[in-house]
Amino acid sequence: MAVIAEPIVKPASRFRFILDRRDMLGSIFVAPAILYVLLLVGVPLLMAVYYSVSAYTIYNPTWQFVGLSNFVDIVENPVFRETLYNTFIFTFGSQILGLILGKFGALVLLRPFPGRKFVRALVILPWAVPIALATVAWQWMFDSLYSVINWTLIALHVIDRSQAPNWLGNPDLAMLSVIVVNAWRFFPFAIVIFLAGITAVPQDVLDAATVDGAGFWRRNYQIIMPMILPIVAIGLVFGIVFTFTDLSIVFLMTNGGPVGATSVLGFQGFQTGIVSGDVSHGAAISLFMLPVLLIVVVAMLRFIRRREI
Amino acid sequence: MQRSGLVGVLRETSFYGAVTFFFVLAAFPFYWMVITSFKENSDLYNVTNIPFWFNDPPTLEHFRYLFEKTLFTTWLLNSLIIGLCVTAITLVTALPAAYSLARLTGRNGEALGIGIFLTYLVPPTLLFLPLSRVVAGLELQNSMWSLVLVYPTFTIPFCTWLLMGFFKALPPEIEEAAVVDGCSLFGAFIKMAIPLSLPGILTVVIFTFTLTLQEFVYALTFVSASDQKPITLGVATDLIRGDIFYWGEIMAGALIASVPVAIAYNLFLDRFISGITGGAVK
Repeated sequence: MAVIAEPIVKPASRFRFILDRRDMLGSIFVAPAILYVLLLVGVPLLMAVYYSVSAYTIYNPTWQFVGLSNFVDIVENPVFRETLYNTFIFTFGSQILGLILGKFGALVLLRPFPGRKFVRALVILPWAVPIALATVAWQWMFDSLYSVINWTLIALHVIDRSQAPNWLGNPDLAMLSVIVVNAWRFFPFAIVIFLAGITAVPQDVLDAATVDGAGFWRRNYQIIMPMILPIVAIGLVFGIVFTFTDLSIVFLMTNGGPVGATSVLGFQGFQTGIVSGDVSHGAAISLFMLPVLLIVVVAMLRFIRRREI
Repeated sequence: MQRSGLVGVLRETSFYGAVTFFFVLAAFPFYWMVITSFKENSDLYNVTNIPFWFNDPPTLEHFRYLFEKTLFTTWLLNSLIIGLCVTAITLVTALPAAYSLARLTGRNGEALGIGIFLTYLVPPTLLFLPLSRVVAGLELQNSMWSLVLVYPTFTIPFCTWLLMGFFKALPPEIEEAAVVDGCSLFGAFIKMAIPLSLPGILTVVIFTFTLTLQEFVYALTFVSASDQKPITLGVATDLIRGDIFYWGEIMAGALIASVPVAIAYNLFLDRFISGITGGAVK
């Protein structure tokens, strides 16, 4: 009798049962990522919380519990209160400016015109390029002697050479400068977010509204804006979180100065915790970010969920 | 009729005015990098010259100085090593995790995925103090390997999230067919899911690399030895002697480091956005 097909006998692997069970394999697959994140994000986060209620410094690494005295110390310090205030100004100033620029940029880039792809590619640059490098370029543009901005203003006879502003040396102008740089860094992101939202609005909805007599602004604010709110909200979460906790722009452009006028939470946490080695007070300063971040994230997630239902 | 023609002209003019405004706003700082890096110092530091173009012929002097007299090539190499190692770690952990969350763990996978992604929002400025103690404990202070250890904390969440989207978009029937044909689940993942999601994997590789290039805070915190710095940190902090900024060299270095990232972003932007917004647009 001819054998048509012989069953292939595979050497049974000892691990075969693990590799074949859906739940087992699922857990094994996800474990390394979870472990990595738990060990290097979760545990450090708890450590940061504990540092803030301890007397830990790099010179005297003790875990002695001191209660809330670190927080009392920093809140009583007027420099810290100014830092907290600066952080809010920096965050909301640059987010509002970035959103306005983003909204208008998106409206401009929606309309076809020759060279639109090229302009779009260039407009992404501020967000793509490493922020530390772009910040250095801006610092050079704000240079006290060779500022190209001042040169232009003088050449246009807007100002006189003797009264040329020292952008990073004057407290108000320095704050304005870091806000502008941060808004500049985020506006391409806002444009992309707005574009993604607007192009996802179904054309028939817009057509129906037009037939019903809705004009440009009405379509814009009563149909498109509510429909793209969820995606804009997500964009805003990212913007606020990354700005509120930023360190690099301030560190490179003004180093917190002049006299603390642009010091923000991230910067002061770095100065206290890393440069001075006072880990416990540094951690307490950094922890002031946490409630704000939690509120923003929870509010946005809720908002998104409510819109979806 | 004439009136509407005038309105049309005004409208066109203001539209192209707006295009120009955004064009200049976005591009000028980079134009400034380019022009500074090719200018003679005598031209650069002369306020009576018009700064927007070359008054003396362009020069490669700054680039030469950068490559010959500074640690620039070391930084470039460091960044490359860091990028490659972090990419490897990220792929090995994020690929199976994303597959598991998308396919194997059912409804819990979605929630767990969002949980992992939210850790991407935990800022470096909150974690750098404890992490600097961890790095010191492992005796990695002042070494670029500390960055190889720490950078996956933000690349893994981000890439797991991106890859989850890719795996979900694959039809599960292909892997099911492989399993029916005698493949193990693991085999189906290796032989079917991975080859089919190569575009996703490529995206992840590019983004991991650019994320490591863009990072500044951890590098600043952990690495102060000049020869261990990645390129971003080196260019931004190491080309200054006392109060003197070597602007030509700084801009030349910034330019070299920016170009690959800019190209990568423009090529993969749409995937990045759909990853970050995670289906908020339907």
